[in-house]
Amino acid sequence: MQSAFATALLEPELPPPAGLVAPADPTQRFNVYRNNVVFGLVRALASGFPATEQIVGAAFFAAMARAYVLAEPPRSPVLLQYGETLPDFIAGFAPAASLPYLADVARLEALRSRVHHAADADAVSPSILARLDPTGLQQMRCRLHPACALLRSSHPVATIWAMNSGAMPLQEIADWTPEDALVLRAGQGLTQRVEIRRLPPGGGAFLGAAQEGLPLGEAAAIAFTETTDFDLAAALAALFTDGLITAIQTA
Amino acid sequence: MLPIATGTGFKPEHFAALRESPRSIGFIEVHAENYLGDGGLPHAMLADLRRDHALSLHGVGLSIGGEGALDAGHLRRLRALCDRYEPQSFSEHLAWSSHGGVYLNDLLPLPYTEATLKRVRDHVGQTQDVLGRRILLENPATYVSFGASTIPETEFLAEIAARCGCGLLLDVNNVYVACRNRGEDPADYLRRFPHQHVGEIHLAGHDATTDGHGAPLWIDHHGAPVADPVWALYDEALRLCGAVATLIEWDNDLPAWPVLAAEAAKAQAVLDGLRQAA
Repeated sequence: MQSAFATALLEPELPPPAGLVAPADPTQRFNVYRNNVVFGLVRALASGFPATEQIVGAAFFAAMARAYVLAEPPRSPVLLQYGETLPDFIAGFAPAASLPYLADVARLEALRSRVHHAADADAVSPSILARLDPTGLQQMRCRLHPACALLRSSHPVATIWAMNSGAMPLQEIADWTPEDALVLRAGQGLTQRVEIRRLPPGGGAFLGAAQEGLPLGEAAAIAFTETTDFDLAAALAALFTDGLITAIQTA
Repeated sequence: MLPIATGTGFKPEHFAALRESPRSIGFIEVHAENYLGDGGLPHAMLADLRRDHALSLHGVGLSIGGEGALDAGHLRRLRALCDRYEPQSFSEHLAWSSHGGVYLNDLLPLPYTEATLKRVRDHVGQTQDVLGRRILLENPATYVSFGASTIPETEFLAEIAARCGCGLLLDVNNVYVACRNRGEDPADYLRRFPHQHVGEIHLAGHDATTDGHGAPLWIDHHGAPVADPVWALYDEALRLCGAVATLIEWDNDLPAWPVLAAEAAKAQAVLDGLRQAA
């Protein structure tokens, strides 16, 4: 019974399962469940991807989200991370092909949800730096905070996100360059909030390498290879002042 | 046990208002699944409120009425959540929401037969064993019934409660919505409900509308004030059950806190009236 019921919920063309009883048309009644399931999930996606919705408009987003829901319904009763695969779906969604940056904006918003719910952890104090000589610092490997995430995009994703989330006025982007974005939690306890920051040149390469567990000296070399504009001192300071490091391993 | 008072569903939008006037309501209720993330602001808020408020954890994803086995991993996560917050109550629904590994995000109806009775009994028993506590099981809002059903819903719930030792969550709005949709008398359903097992009452708003063919249809949407006929049924429910912890559910088109608090106060006045009369 539930197999036919569940299948018909997600396939609008199918008739309702046999055996339903109501004092009105059972198909009409079954459609209430169809609507609850699909509309409820579309609404959940809209709340997790507000900038993506802002870019394409509510009607387009609802149609795209509905197609996603029918293709990839949730596999868990915990919906907090539902939509993690929506960005890939968007990348292959033909009607959105004229917006090649849309999938990356959605990736940024998926990371925003993940960071919002990620585990709490204490950051390493910046005072640790005083105990390291330059060689020690070069060889130091870091474990980054579970509540931070990096997105390296070939589009100006942080700027597009900011303009479509009310953080920046909407205007033409004259300099269409790739951007690296850092998603992190700022503040503590009840005052914490998720922030999205555009990283300076080389910042994404450095942070990505550090996140993979490479020694900071190697991470810096990778960043310098990408751009001579990389500011190592500023990138190191940010790691500590933003509380992004939860453990270190020296030598 | 929840205090015999009125509470509201907690939404983060109302955090500041609740914190400014602690104990303005009798308890708060949250959907357990919204707090199964690892950390961050949701847990910071709930932990903060928990210090001043009795808590009801309300599960919406266990699929107790499902044909398949219960999700053991989900049950373990719920146990951990209970251990962390020590709620005064844990409740779930006489419904299913998962099938074949897909979570359908709605509380779906099941036929009431000897076979489904045994299954639900097993699932409630297993849930209580893993959680290490007595749970409350809620009557569903439904839009269809099944030709295969042989047991009235009130008898089905009475049997589950008697055999499993669980309590029942009487959702008065669901009674109204489901009975009207079945063409039955909600007051008659209420009289036949096993009152002695009721550990909590839910009140919520619904939409009295029509289907695509113009036939009347009542939809449980938790997005409006409690309707007058539901308030009338609530009076009757309290007369039958005695004073019971009562929750105002408002999940969609969320109002400002004073509006929700006023709904809770309205229910509290009915509860207080009953206790004075007693």
